[in-house]
Amino acid sequence: MAIFVDDATKVVVQGITGRDGGFHSREMMAYGTKVVAGVTPGRGGQKFDDKVPVFDTVAEAVREQGANTSVIFVPPFGAAGAIYEAADAGCKLIVCITEGVPTVDMVKVMPYLKERGVRLIGPNCPGLLAPGIAKLGILPTSIVKEGPVGLVSRSGTLTYEVVFQLTAAGLGQTTCLGIGGDPVIGTTFMDAIMAFNEDPATEAFVMIGEIGGDAEEQAAEYIKAHVNKPVVSFIAGQTAPPGKRMGHAGAIVSGGSGTAAEKKKALEAAGIPVADRPMDIVPRLQEIWQR
Amino acid sequence: MNIHEYQAKEIFRSFGLPVPGGKVATSVDEAVKLAEEQGLPVMVKSQVLTGGRGKAGGVKFCEGMDDVRSSAEKILGLDIKGHIVRKVLVTPAVDIASEYYVGMLIDRNTKRILLMASAEGGVEIEQVAKETPELIFKQTIDPRFGLLDHEAMGMGMRLCPDDIKKARQLASAMQKLYKAFVESDASLAEINPFIFTPEGKGHAIDAKVNLDDNALFRHPGYEALRDLDAENPAERAAREAGLSFVKLQGNVGCLVNGAGLAMATMDLVKYYGGQPANFLDIGGSSNPEKVVNALQIILSDPEVKAILFNIFGGITRCDDVAQGIITATKSMDIPVPIVVRLTGTNEEEGRAMLAKTDLIPAATMDEAVQKAIELAG
Repeated sequence: MAIFVDDATKVVVQGITGRDGGFHSREMMAYGTKVVAGVTPGRGGQKFDDKVPVFDTVAEAVREQGANTSVIFVPPFGAAGAIYEAADAGCKLIVCITEGVPTVDMVKVMPYLKERGVRLIGPNCPGLLAPGIAKLGILPTSIVKEGPVGLVSRSGTLTYEVVFQLTAAGLGQTTCLGIGGDPVIGTTFMDAIMAFNEDPATEAFVMIGEIGGDAEEQAAEYIKAHVNKPVVSFIAGQTAPPGKRMGHAGAIVSGGSGTAAEKKKALEAAGIPVADRPMDIVPRLQEIWQR
Repeated sequence: MNIHEYQAKEIFRSFGLPVPGGKVATSVDEAVKLAEEQGLPVMVKSQVLTGGRGKAGGVKFCEGMDDVRSSAEKILGLDIKGHIVRKVLVTPAVDIASEYYVGMLIDRNTKRILLMASAEGGVEIEQVAKETPELIFKQTIDPRFGLLDHEAMGMGMRLCPDDIKKARQLASAMQKLYKAFVESDASLAEINPFIFTPEGKGHAIDAKVNLDDNALFRHPGYEALRDLDAENPAERAAREAGLSFVKLQGNVGCLVNGAGLAMATMDLVKYYGGQPANFLDIGGSSNPEKVVNALQIILSDPEVKAILFNIFGGITRCDDVAQGIITATKSMDIPVPIVVRLTGTNEEEGRAMLAKTDLIPAATMDEAVQKAIELAG
């Protein structure tokens, strides 16, 4: 079991003939993910790696190949357009890897997705990897292992760092999910936590936050009120100066709010241990988790 | 990207907001000339990318030409929170009967643009939000319909319950501000204050706009708004090289792949008692050219006494990354020790390659950080 994906997940990759789209499509396929179609306008009729049919539109990919999930690797100027297209074609899960999508575009996309009951992960995210089930995105498969821990994060390589340590400690994962570093994202910490809480295979989970916004604080309140599974957190950016964007568009302390200290305080007040260092995450989880 | 008041006002004016005239001057004589053209009284306002200009003496009301001259002399060159004033805005002074705050921002929780307004204009809105949040009125805007007439009017009536004419002017300004926000791809747009004269005429007399960096590609004209003088030279070089970089005050230079890991690395340097010199996300590539650019930017800071690479090789293989670092470091003269931590795919091969060089290998992030701090002294 995992969150958001299962054996019925059939993927169309938007931008499959691009450099990144092609590379990661191969990685997804090598992991056993059902990549049933690719879309690049103007390349309809071709085959990707002699295996995967390429279409001009997502609608054709859905009709001809039964795709129900889209993974998007198109440049920022076309990303919102690709999301609308996938949603309109009937994909119920869309993972947008693209970094640098204008925020106003995402604001406009959101009600369109809501009306159609579509879940979006990202943008500006590594996507999701459910060990043994599917990989939707760019998370490295070499570091994961099947097991009972869920992981949700706003970051990419920091997520890998923590997954690596979990796996090294013998703690496999149900799902590793990167929700993205932008201010407006489809799936939030709250959504992921609710899903992990309901997923019977997930026995404990890790939440990796960073400066900016108050999604961690909200998650803390929810966990306190509704979650009985062990949760450990880490917040990146304690040393970040205010008013500076730290790589991620959403990682900024503005008007004195969104600091790591505030988040840590809210999480600890909700009874969630916050690790001081990435290497403390696994031991802190083992402390509170009576298996 | 943050832009100056006069630039924000130009954007506002182009969307029909009532902004008093005004022009910028870079010298005292030019400021005087502008005041003569506009007629007295005028405001002379420092143009710096920070708040608190008034308190710092960077905004002056001038009744006579002597005032204009002495104010411009005082303000030009003034240091306001580390920002040197190079330009002043000379703008007609208007009589103020009442002041309001009108602002819009991206609300991460509703995933929509949020309009906020208050009759507590002219003061810092963060302070109002903390001390008297009930004095701020809010309206979440549905992007499918924009700021609807009744929503704008509702906000206007809350601000001016006894004056329908003023409420209408505020409502109109809010709708124009929304259009400006969306069409210019802002991440923040504020009029603080929006004022009424004793005759009841509304003016946006101060303006603040932050533009979304992600959307600059579709506004080619906005690149010219960037104040290159206000940018740290290293940050500017990094931006031009396509690297995400923020200058800090420490002595341990950090090169990390990924923004989250880069922040966590800085935090860890601090945890072990050191001081990070910078935030730098080198991205997923092992391209030696990118590594060279990053090293040059970090080494331009004479405070840097040691360099720390923290690379998690996920999709990127560690042996490729090691090759990139070795090629880059061989091609330039580096006066400080370099600690390299490589973990992930093909880490053994990567570390074996580093062992044949002067680079100092480390197995974990913690080990690497401690070594770098020690070497930085």
